[in-house]
Amino acid sequence: MTEDKIKQKARQILEKAQLRFITSLTDSIPQIIAVIGAFLIGAIVLAVTGYSPLEAYGTMLVGAFGDIYGVGQTLTQATPILFTALAFLLAFKCGLFNLGAEGQLIIGGFFAAVVGISLNGLPVFIHLPLALLAGILGGAIWGFIPAVLKAKLGAHEVITTMMSSYVALYVTSYFVNYPLKAPGWVSQTIPIAASAELPRLLPVTQLSAAFILSIAAAIATVYLLEKTTIGYEIRAIGLNPAAAENAGISTKKGLILALVISGAIAGVGGAGEILGVHRRFIDGFSPGYGWDGLAVALIGGLNPVGSIIAAILFGAIRSGGISMNISTGVPLDIINVLQALVVLFVAAPKIFEYFKKKGGFKWLKLST
Amino acid sequence: MVEIVDIINAGLFAAALRMATPLVFTSIGGIFSERAGIVNIALEGMMLTGAFSGVLATFATGNPWLGVIASVLAGGLLGYLHALLTVKFAGNQIVSGTGINLLALGGTGYLCQAIWGSRGASQSVQGLGAISIPLLKDIPFIGEIIGTQTPLVYISIIVVVLSYILLFKTPMGLRIRAVGEHPAAADTTGVDVYKTKYLCVVLSGMLAGLGGAFLSLGHLSLFVNGMTGGRGFIALAAMILGGWTPVGALGASLLFGFADALQMRLQSVALLPSQIILTLPYILTIIVVAVFARKRAPPSDYKPYIKE
Repeated sequence: MTEDKIKQKARQILEKAQLRFITSLTDSIPQIIAVIGAFLIGAIVLAVTGYSPLEAYGTMLVGAFGDIYGVGQTLTQATPILFTALAFLLAFKCGLFNLGAEGQLIIGGFFAAVVGISLNGLPVFIHLPLALLAGILGGAIWGFIPAVLKAKLGAHEVITTMMSSYVALYVTSYFVNYPLKAPGWVSQTIPIAASAELPRLLPVTQLSAAFILSIAAAIATVYLLEKTTIGYEIRAIGLNPAAAENAGISTKKGLILALVISGAIAGVGGAGEILGVHRRFIDGFSPGYGWDGLAVALIGGLNPVGSIIAAILFGAIRSGGISMNISTGVPLDIINVLQALVVLFVAAPKIFEYFKKKGGFKWLKLST
Repeated sequence: MVEIVDIINAGLFAAALRMATPLVFTSIGGIFSERAGIVNIALEGMMLTGAFSGVLATFATGNPWLGVIASVLAGGLLGYLHALLTVKFAGNQIVSGTGINLLALGGTGYLCQAIWGSRGASQSVQGLGAISIPLLKDIPFIGEIIGTQTPLVYISIIVVVLSYILLFKTPMGLRIRAVGEHPAAADTTGVDVYKTKYLCVVLSGMLAGLGGAFLSLGHLSLFVNGMTGGRGFIALAAMILGGWTPVGALGASLLFGFADALQMRLQSVALLPSQIILTLPYILTIIVVAVFARKRAPPSDYKPYIKE
């Protein structure tokens, strides 16, 4: 190959990459506007209730990214959120709404904790994988129940997954208040064995190897959806169940599989929290990671890579929110308000078309 | 040791009727929305917002009936938001509903802390109290159950009757059902599909708000963070079990109300740990949704209607 040809080839690749970057940026404009819009409405809420929005968001930003500790905590918070986002989006690709990621995460964490505290004297390379597998199993079971009820009886998964989350919360609460309660007044188990702990990555912060697992899970989800037969079938069912059935795909099998895998992913997320961050099961340890995941999957454009970025954003809101709460006294619930506003903005993509038609986005030079 | 039989008495049935009341309001709200073709899983958040607004307005004015009005208005406002996103902007009904639920949970928690300084609960306010119906209260056994209750219990029965008449005996009801059955056909006969949908979803929110008012002003007299505890979803199950009819929803709500009352009684006698007993209503809901899943929903449910 001559030098010219190589240069030409390189230019082509570069142009292609540039084009992809620009299109992915334009594609995500609605999501970016959703986030900005949520923060603007959040600022109004803060101002009306007597807090300074600038001070609140400022301390949030500094808390989330100001130093290495902040960054570590941001990634720590992003980890379970990324898992639940992947869980939501995988089920969504099959046309299912898994509103039970919160419960699947809790059960996954609980199963992992049980394996972590009940086995002793095992080498790390056996105990740790066992505990993680237990988390996968727990989440998968919690996904399997609504999946079978949907496939065999037609029970709507929105209600059954939601209800099973409450069951997960109360059942685990029973165990850590009675049979598995550690001495003391806190509703929690005794610490897990050292051989079941996920190693910490950054001293002082709680960032653990669970973060690496979450990135691996995102890559695995891309692979599953794009490169495997199961993934193809899941997407086909999501696009058009009748056509998929005609093409010889078993929709029942496909949707059971999708919800089971979805539950399993959320389950590992819970296991990561217990084995890497808390190192024991604490009653109600999730502040709502399941719901963060839903928002993140939608903001991430329902694709795993976009979800990584969105999960870090939401992790930052959670970790920065804690510093904001401590230094300015703004109620922590503002985080959930922001999360809800983001979901509402992305719920109706037509809002953006509507404003575009009215000429509101002229300054963005968008062409449709 | 208290025996199980000791808790089965008139008091249990009275409690069952009480706990059915928020579900009656909310499930009928669900019926109006779904009859017009809009799935409303935001009922949970509308109830919670209603419960909060009722306490806030009572706290400010000292009059619990103004609180009830505030609950209805707040629920209606969220209904309007749901209609705006799903009817005007043809957004996804589940995503919009989830967003409203999250907004209600976060927003009420935030305001509760900003106003009363505690995230967990509000201050106590004046509740609605109970009224006795003369004659009715003197009937043995039955009088004990329905003779003396919160006014909202009686209002819920009136709502059932009115909703039945509205949906099945008036031209308006026919229009609503036509919109849910076949919006395009309804459109060609001159029904304003969008307007009908808006009306129904707003009404749905108002009823769910009233259900919330029962929890915070009728049952308790304060707001507790997340006090609806999934009742909006249980109301959806009652709607399905009742076959999308007001009378059916009343029956189904009584069943769920009974489970709730039984759960509370079982907790008080401490036969089982409370956490296990608390799962009962949720497990019952899953079973009901699974067993009665084959009941026919309004055909255009969940599908956004876009006018040609």
